[in-house]
Formats: sequence, C-alpha cells, structure tokens
Amino acid sequence: MYRVRKNECIGKDVYLLEVEAPLVVKKCLPGQFVIVMAYESSERIPLTIYDYDRENGILSLIYQVIGASTMELTEVTDSLFSVAGPLGNPSELMENDDILDKKILFVAGGVGIAPVYPQAKYLTSRGVDVDIIYGARTKDIIVIEEETKKVCNNLYITTDDGSYGNQGNVTDMMKKLDKKYDYCVAIGPVIMMKFVALYTKELGIKTIVSMNPIMVDGTGMCGACRLLVDGKVKFACVDGPEFDGHKVDFDNALKRMSIYKTEEGRKKLMMEEGSTHHGGCGNCGDK
Amino acid sequence: MRIADADTRTHNFEEVALGYTEEEAKKEASRCLNCANPRCVKGCPVNIRIPEFIEAIKENDMQKAYEVIQASSSLPAVCGRVCPQEKQCEAMCIKGFKGDAISIGALERYVADYARENHLSLTKEIVKKNKKVAVIGAGPSGLSCAGELAKNGYEVTIFEALHKAGGVLTYGIPEFRLPKKIVEEEVDSLKKLGVKVELNAVIGKSLSLEDLQEEYDAIYLGTGAGLPKFMGIENENANEVFSANEVLTRINLMNAYKKDAMTPVKDSKVAVVVGGGNVAMDAARSLRRLGIEVHIVYRRDMDEMPARKAEVEHAMEEGIIFDTLKNPTRILKDEDNHVTGVELIAMEYAGESDGRKSVREIPDSHTIMNCDTIVMALGTSANDLATTDSKVERNERNLIIVDGTKTSEKGVFAGGDAVTGAATVILAMEAGKKGAAEIMEYLS
Repeated sequence: MYRVRKNECIGKDVYLLEVEAPLVVKKCLPGQFVIVMAYESSERIPLTIYDYDRENGILSLIYQVIGASTMELTEVTDSLFSVAGPLGNPSELMENDDILDKKILFVAGGVGIAPVYPQAKYLTSRGVDVDIIYGARTKDIIVIEEETKKVCNNLYITTDDGSYGNQGNVTDMMKKLDKKYDYCVAIGPVIMMKFVALYTKELGIKTIVSMNPIMVDGTGMCGACRLLVDGKVKFACVDGPEFDGHKVDFDNALKRMSIYKTEEGRKKLMMEEGSTHHGGCGNCGDK
Repeated sequence: MRIADADTRTHNFEEVALGYTEEEAKKEASRCLNCANPRCVKGCPVNIRIPEFIEAIKENDMQKAYEVIQASSSLPAVCGRVCPQEKQCEAMCIKGFKGDAISIGALERYVADYARENHLSLTKEIVKKNKKVAVIGAGPSGLSCAGELAKNGYEVTIFEALHKAGGVLTYGIPEFRLPKKIVEEEVDSLKKLGVKVELNAVIGKSLSLEDLQEEYDAIYLGTGAGLPKFMGIENENANEVFSANEVLTRINLMNAYKKDAMTPVKDSKVAVVVGGGNVAMDAARSLRRLGIEVHIVYRRDMDEMPARKAEVEHAMEEGIIFDTLKNPTRILKDEDNHVTGVELIAMEYAGESDGRKSVREIPDSHTIMNCDTIVMALGTSANDLATTDSKVERNERNLIIVDGTKTSEKGVFAGGDAVTGAATVILAMEAGKKGAAEIMEYLS
C-alpha cells in the first residue's frame, strides 16, 4: 500500500495527488511516468510525474477527471493499491549538456502543465533559458501558476475563452510572441500537440511531444499504446513517452484514444448515477 | 478427467477440467505398473519421481505423494494443469503404447489440490544460510527458482513489475484453465518459506541491475518473453487490433470480465484471432465467454497447430470457428480507424523446412472476412527492460546469453523464456530450478 499524503482538488476537475512511493522517486527523472491503481479492482492509470521529493520519498501527480477511473481516484483518501514506476524514458533534455546555451519553449495544454513543470524546473536550475506558454480552455482549470512562474523566465498564460491571461490557443500565443527559440517541448491534448508541431515545423524548430495513449501494463507487454512515428510502430511506454513531434502520426493517435469510449462512458454513467440508473439509455445492456 | 459442459462453460470463466475425485484418482493410480526403469521420469523436464508419488496415492499416503512431487517441482498445482504432459511424461508411458497412458498430469494435480485443501506442508527443516538472492520476475521461472533457494535456506526477494505475482500464470493463462486462486496460493506457500515479494518494482527503471548487484549476493533473471509480436501488415494500427497479451491481460490480470472491475475489454460481435498456439486458444476462448463469435485464423492446418490437443478440442466444443490454411494480408478499416474486416490469403503446403511443413501463399486467392476485432497471437519476444542498461550480454533476438544459467555478468543468472524465447511453463520452471542449483553452487 502507498500512503496518500494529499489528494485535493486544485482546479475544476483537476487534482493534486501526493503519495509515498520511495521506490519510484529514488531514480525518477522529468519526462517519466508512473502507473497508479486506486483499488485492487481499479484500472491501471498512467500519469506523468509532476514533482518528487527524494528525501521524503514523496511523489506528486496532477490529474484531471476525464472518465470513471479518474473519478474513482478522487475518492481515495488513505492509500493507493499500487504505484509502479518510474516508467518510460526521461526527457532528452535531462543530463544533456548540448542544450545549456539554448532557448527553450515549453508549450503546456491543460494538465500538460504537470509534466512540463519538472522539466522546466530542472533546466532552470541548470541555468537554461526557459519560457512557458500555458494554455487552457478557461480560467477554472489553470493550476500551479505560482509554482510554474518560479521555474521559467516568462510564463505566458492563454485561455480559449479569454477568461484569464491572453485570449486564444497556444499556437495563437506562439505567433503573437514571435520569439526565437531553439527547441520546443509541447505537452497536452493530442490535438494541441499536433498543431504546435505543425507550426514549429514551418519555423524549423525541433519539437518534442509527450504522448499519453491508452496503456495497460506500461512495460511493453500489451502493445495498447502503439503509435506511428515516422511510419513505424512504436510503444509509447518503452520507446517514449516523448517523441519527435514532427514524426508522430497524431491523427492515428487521436483515433486510437477513442477505442474504449463507449465502455468508459458507460462506466462513468454508472458511477455518476449509481443505483438510480435503471437502463433505458440503450447502452447498458447486460454488462 | 471430467470436464464442465461446453454450453454452460462458454458463459462463465470457471475451470473447465474438473479434476479427479479420490475414487477416480485411486483407480487411475492403480493402473500404473511402477516400472523398474520408469521412462516417464525421463520425459518430465524436472524429473519428478512419478511412479513413487503414484505408489503413495495407491497406499493412501498423501503426505508422501506431496513430498515426492515437491522434491522436484515447486508449483505442482500449476504444472498438473498446464504442462503438455501428452508430449512429455505421458508420451513416454509404457501403457500408452497399447492403450491409454497413465494420466500423470491429472494425478499430479490431484495430489497438489489435496495438499492445498488439506494444508499439507513440507516436514524438512530449513537451515538458514546468510546469503541474499534477488529474483527478477514472479513468473514460473522466478517462482520456481525462489522456491528452491528458500527451501535451502537462502534469503530470497522476488521483484515483480506488475501489481500481482505469477507472471504469465496471472496475466496470460485464463481463469478457466488455471484458477488465479491456485497461483495465489502457490505464491503464498513461497512466502511461508520466507520469500519476500516486492510488487510494482520495475527492474531497469525503479532499480537497476547494478543497484541489486550491490545489495544481493546473486541475481536470477526470469524476465520472460513478454513483448507481443505484430505482423507488420497494412492498417495494423487500426483501433480494434489487439495483441493477445493485451486481451488476456485485460481479462485475466485486470478481471475485465467481472462486473466490478474498472478495466474495460472491447465489446465485439465478431473477433478474429490470428495464430494456432496455446495463447491463441486462450484468447479465443476468453473472448467466446464474453459472448463474441470467434474465428481462429491459422496459416497451417489443424494437425500442425502448436496448441495442446485438448485445448483445441475444448475450443471447438465451445463453438470457436477454425479457418485454417489462411493468413491475413491486410486489415480493413473505416475512416474513423475502426476495424471492419480482414483480408486473408489461402495457403498451401510446400515441402518441409526445419522438420516442419512449410507453407506458401496461393496466388490470387484473397478473401475478405468481416469482423470488428482482430487479435494477434503470433508469439512473443523477450522483454529487455531489466537488462537494457546492464552489462548482461544478449543475442540479436534480445535473448540473454547463458552458459548453463550463468550470464556474462558474475553472480547474475538467467533462465526461462528470457533465455529460450517463448516456451512452456514447465521449461521455465526447469530453468528456475537449475538456476537455483547453480546459484547455490556459486554461493557455497
């Protein structure tokens, strides 16, 4: 069992989870992820690492409630059934001396700010010039703003509805800024990463994206997380999760994200409606 | 052995083979000739003293029967169920030349189940040795290695990447063939011997092999062959193309067939499973139990299937449709990336290579099979997560190179599928046992 220190709502449907996981934080690096299970009957949920405290063995994660499993995770107060990791490879910007004099732009979308934070923190601590564009649909879901400000030179916040910061999406912001960068890291919804990558390709800026497809084991065993990168099949869990954004087939990735949409939706509905749901939705059948 | 009725069992995940009653076991045991030169023992990869335990059944001495088996095998309840006895011990049985071989597997299972249900334990006292061994992977190879070492007084810790122990016994082989309760009890019996099991510990990530080398006197790698293979055909990244590993992991490890489990398994009307091995049968029979029409597509014919005969028969009884001498050439999908079918080509035999009939495509013999799910059960390859950043030498197929069970690194041993490529549970167990013997020799 992994003792939960904190599992609190920090934005609309956004939660900060702090859990004791000494074996994970012993070696984890920015860019890697973990797989958590709330209970024994839960799904294995992959979450990219937000922060870690090696001394006290505490791992911090930020997640957004999007389906039945993340909804279930919000209920946990005492301990998690399992936390496995770190999984995947660290960001290529870690332990990398070639980028020390480069100007780096991070583009975060929604809870994509969580995996961006430790990378920016690490690079800033090494004296690298880091800017962050942080985009969200609306003000309510902007989180860890103060923390993020401390780990970059400039934080540019933009919301789709203009309720906070600039109005527009992250690529609008990139165009508006029109600053020169040597390197871009985009982490967020697949559709956002797709458009950032399209734009940086035009500009000729190397771009890394972090993929978060459906996974089960996270160790290369199931192949659920298959992606097409440069026309070749890659497993996000062991080959990634970060890839060259100019080579990822985002359209295929987007479609593959929807594999369990019906099954997931049904579970979520059952959880939301509990015993009050007595069929009639035409979807719940026998299962 | 009695088996559950096919119509009933396709609606549940309960065990198909029901095992012997005491009367049936005694009757079967009484057929054994107790040969002076028992060929069956040579047919067993771990050389269980078969006639001796069968004699003990006859004499009603179940403690002795259990101890005889335990002297050679750490996981008898598992082996009694999933070993291909018809190709091993039973194939060598003298009775089998004129009539039916003794059902050794069923008798082994009977003894193991009796021991478990009646809480029999080993009477031999364990003398503690002050040596620590790390075992990587809680699959059949690792469990058997850990069991042998613990019985001999070594302090053993097993590191397992998943949240449950058992490896392929837990995530791969379905409940109806090997109830998970049995695997759990086998693991518990190891824990009683003092074996520690660290779950969610991904060696190569959470800890490196080097970290373990510092802390342990020896290491055994039983990391298995967990990586799924795909065909490399057109549209294989369509949404409903799954590896058999994924389907089985969702159903077995994550219990997707149970109502309270949060992990989904994809709803389907017609599924095509590609392959003819035990894993293909397991995947097909699991999907069948979810109410899906299941086809097995295999490029050779029924006689050439590598799956156990009994499994193929059970699959047929359960209504699985076999389409043999066919091979997929491309997957058909719609614009939303959903599978709509598979294009198959007919195959024919063309001579032999490596002692096996080889097949070739019949030109212009393409047909389309409509389906909404495709499961690739094409075999697996070694998972090198634990050894990627280590000095342990591997060959071009990523298999660990060994001399006996010794790897290129001092004090690091390996066995099972990680060394041989995908094989059977019993061969992995044999390697685990051998690894334990070599580790003991190394540490003495």
